[in-house]
Amino acid sequence: MAKLKIGWFSFSCCEDSTIIFTELLNDHFEEWSKLIDFQHVRVLKGKNKLEGLDVAFVEGAIANAEDAKKLKDIRKNCKKLVAIGSCAINGMPSAQRNQFDPKRKKEIEFLIKKFHLAKKVRNLEQVIKVDEKVPGCPMNESVFLSVVEKCLKEFKVI
Amino acid sequence: MKKTKQIKKVDISIQNISKIEGHADLGVKVRNGEVKEVKLKFTENKRFFTKAIEGCSIDTLPQSVSRICGTCSIAHILCCIKAIEHALDITPSPQTQLLRKLTIYGLMIRDHALHVYLFSLPDIFNKASVLDFTGDELHFLKDAFDIKRVGNKLSTLVAGRAVHAPYPLVGGYASIPDDKELKSLIPELKSIRDKLFSVLDVYYKAKIDYTRKTNFVALVGDEFNFLEGDIKDTADLNISEKKYDSYLTKTVIPYSQAVGYKFQGDTYMVGALSRLNLNKNAMHKNTLRSMKKYLEIFPSDNIFHNILAQAIEIVHAIDHSIEIIENNSFVPEEPIHFQYKEGEGIGVIEAPRGILFYRLSLDKNGVVKNGNIVTPTQQNQINMELDIKEMVQKNLKSLSKEQIQYEIEKLIRAYDPCISCSTHFLKVNWI
Repeated sequence: MAKLKIGWFSFSCCEDSTIIFTELLNDHFEEWSKLIDFQHVRVLKGKNKLEGLDVAFVEGAIANAEDAKKLKDIRKNCKKLVAIGSCAINGMPSAQRNQFDPKRKKEIEFLIKKFHLAKKVRNLEQVIKVDEKVPGCPMNESVFLSVVEKCLKEFKVI
Repeated sequence: MKKTKQIKKVDISIQNISKIEGHADLGVKVRNGEVKEVKLKFTENKRFFTKAIEGCSIDTLPQSVSRICGTCSIAHILCCIKAIEHALDITPSPQTQLLRKLTIYGLMIRDHALHVYLFSLPDIFNKASVLDFTGDELHFLKDAFDIKRVGNKLSTLVAGRAVHAPYPLVGGYASIPDDKELKSLIPELKSIRDKLFSVLDVYYKAKIDYTRKTNFVALVGDEFNFLEGDIKDTADLNISEKKYDSYLTKTVIPYSQAVGYKFQGDTYMVGALSRLNLNKNAMHKNTLRSMKKYLEIFPSDNIFHNILAQAIEIVHAIDHSIEIIENNSFVPEEPIHFQYKEGEGIGVIEAPRGILFYRLSLDKNGVVKNGNIVTPTQQNQINMELDIKEMVQKNLKSLSKEQIQYEIEKLIRAYDPCISCSTHFLKVNWI
């Protein structure tokens, strides 16, 4: 039986859901290692492959053009894309600068220019199509587990 | 051994370094057999937290700054609370102080285990990932999960959750752990303690050497509890935590989204290696007894020993947690009621990766006027570049480009950098 080929990606965020993911491995690794191919998980692996993913889990918001391009690339290379956590789903808190008053916006303007950041931070859906969402800050563990199970069934791994 | 031709000219570029927290790239330029340039670039986009907290109420502030960093969120919460309490002249109760120690110990156990086992151990076995472990190596993976699980459980029981913990508050805890439940954790803490010896031996015997003289700086106290003490360095300087930022020079690193720091005008290192180098004798008596062999390595100038230091700190966190849980009964207690007042507060603690500094200026309504946050990895950034430069120079004659690249990654990982933490930052006068 082919394993579920997954990728785990993060953009602008605190990577709290990445930590929750590494914590879920404490109890689920034994079971998942039989069912899941961790094809692109930078936090765990030095050699990662993007092409041909079944499911991409994406954490974080999109703060510049380069990240938007990377996200589109991930979308092209996976069959299903899951937005993980608050920053990916609604942009916050990474998008907090969108709501700065004019004074604070002016104060950060030179950094926005210097680092070629986008005028506004966007959530994933403002850039690409999202198939599933796991809300929470950090992500809700039980929702994540049910999405994993749903994917395993959908891709006929179990 | 096959002799490798000396590298005279080479460009090394590592994109998105793996097995670290956050995103970083590295560029190295060698010309005429000399390392001309090392650029460690934190590519994580700025999230402007220091600007965002302006106007934020101290009632919600610890939970806001928690979002600076997923893995060390508990350190940000505790340091922010400490700064607020200093601004408002609040002295937490003895029980709160004990709970805070257990809170930071839970963090150290989980966070250090993530680095010691999942991020760095593959480097020792020359594997790309723990997922490639086979045979005898597999038990390390099981140990890693067991140790992280207990650290997570300690954090969850005491602080409500291992990430963005909801219970720690200014003046106390929103919920006090059930004493019986806490005591039932003791056998689990003891069982993971036994597991650590095999990984300690691996790092102790590892022949990886990234020695370079530098200054080590840490918050040093009579009790090795990460929360209290004075700032000390290798040259025996001893200053109050309140004066810490007056010894720092902000250094613009034009290609990186983080600002670097120098201490007294020089580069320095913060983290587990600094803590062990400066204060190992303050560790728990049981740790001192059973870690004797490993502790003899310190003080050390070899940055790779940072990982051994972290593993020893896990043992200390376990030993002191057991003592606290065994000798105390935790009872319901309301957080201290306090009044808002205008003022400034400084909080300094040892986060897993080193000194974390908060300076908060509050108005009479408990609203942040402005703040400054200095994180460990920002402080280590320049030191990391100098280490890389020296290591690459030393190995140009003996290693291939690919081997040097791998050594650089190992060296960076030894620091356990946390890039999310580093790029929160904004200082308006930064040009």
